[in-house]
Amino acid sequence: MPSLKTLRNRIASVKSTQKITSAMKMVAASKLRRAQSQAEAARPYAERMERMMASLGASVAGSPTAPKLLVGTGADKVHLLIPVTADRGLAGAFNSNIGRLTRNIAQRLEAEGRTVKILAVGRKGRDYLKREMASRLVGDISYAGRKSIGFADAEDIALRATAMLHAGEFDVCTVIYNKYVSVIAQIPTEMRLIPAPVPDVAPATEASGAQILYEYEPDEETMLARLLPQNMAIQIYRALLESAAGEHGARMSAMDNATRNAGDMIKRLSQTYNRARQANITRELIEIISGAEAL
Amino acid sequence: MPVDLEIVSPEKLLLSRPVDMVVIPAAEGEMGVLVNHSPMIVLLRGGTIRLYEGNTIVDQLFVTGGFAEVTQARVTVLANEATPVRELTKAEGQSRLAAADAAYAAADKNDIVVLDLLMDRQQSARAMIEAAAA
Repeated sequence: MPSLKTLRNRIASVKSTQKITSAMKMVAASKLRRAQSQAEAARPYAERMERMMASLGASVAGSPTAPKLLVGTGADKVHLLIPVTADRGLAGAFNSNIGRLTRNIAQRLEAEGRTVKILAVGRKGRDYLKREMASRLVGDISYAGRKSIGFADAEDIALRATAMLHAGEFDVCTVIYNKYVSVIAQIPTEMRLIPAPVPDVAPATEASGAQILYEYEPDEETMLARLLPQNMAIQIYRALLESAAGEHGARMSAMDNATRNAGDMIKRLSQTYNRARQANITRELIEIISGAEAL
Repeated sequence: MPVDLEIVSPEKLLLSRPVDMVVIPAAEGEMGVLVNHSPMIVLLRGGTIRLYEGNTIVDQLFVTGGFAEVTQARVTVLANEATPVRELTKAEGQSRLAAADAAYAAADKNDIVVLDLLMDRQQSARAMIEAAAA
């Protein structure tokens, strides 16, 4: 039976832990709101980009001179995986889900006789993959200590991947990130980046419902060569934003759970404390009474 | 009849308003767009987008490049950044030009894709200086 003093100390310590977790939950909630509005603001550009891609991609896809970003190198030997994780922990299974999915994909690809390279985005993912599969890691990017991510960050990643593609370092590129569904649900998702999947939306239509035939200036191929890297950066940007929103959502629910657990623990501990206190009083009373009887 | 102009950056919708005419800096020369223009997708270079109401310019925005989609009723400009011309400074343009020149000098002269990109950056920096001076 622990003494009353140690029980009191434990209760105090659990109480301060609870204060911290509930504060972290509040912070995560407000960051989540910001991340959500950032993701929302990015949507118009992505939508319009997708529309252009759809009409352009369809007209060029078949040609033999189509750019590498669209059709890949034609081979399927070396895969580059880009797992996107957070820079901080305490977000439930948010980071380890990505780590695990990356490992599974890598193992599956290797079992099929392909080579895997990993470019880790985010500190947690890098740490995990360094332990698990250090030999495949070719680089890492981290935004630790930064307030928010901008489009320039996504462009950086896209440039790096493009440079690697042109240097012939990989054939297929896949981004693995947590897709934000709701505060309590983030789904680890793989999204192929190169060769670029041509979006499957119907070509833009005006109110009349008729399909529009665009003229291109300059020609389709020059246009596509410019549009593709931009589209890639946009896809990465979207993944980064979804992942950021997911991170805060995951942290929010993790911290909510922690706060509740701390509450339960405080309840249990104070019950033990009260019982011990009463036992003490009873014992003292018995001692006094039996002392008096002995006289 | 006005044409709806939208300027969108990856981070947000920057501007959305009807104008009588818009002049966009297309890669192959400036292009004035009125309503009922034939549908086009054009590449943009660094330059100024001018918004007209009647015959007067109501707003001028500098873009560093991007794309524009023109349909009969709508012009959508996808730009990485768009700054009102009066907020441009010559110094900013010059520092960008210096950075672009340095990157060009350091780049691999056989990599046409990268060189092309860097030349665009130089052009856009020069256009910025010009726009700031005007």
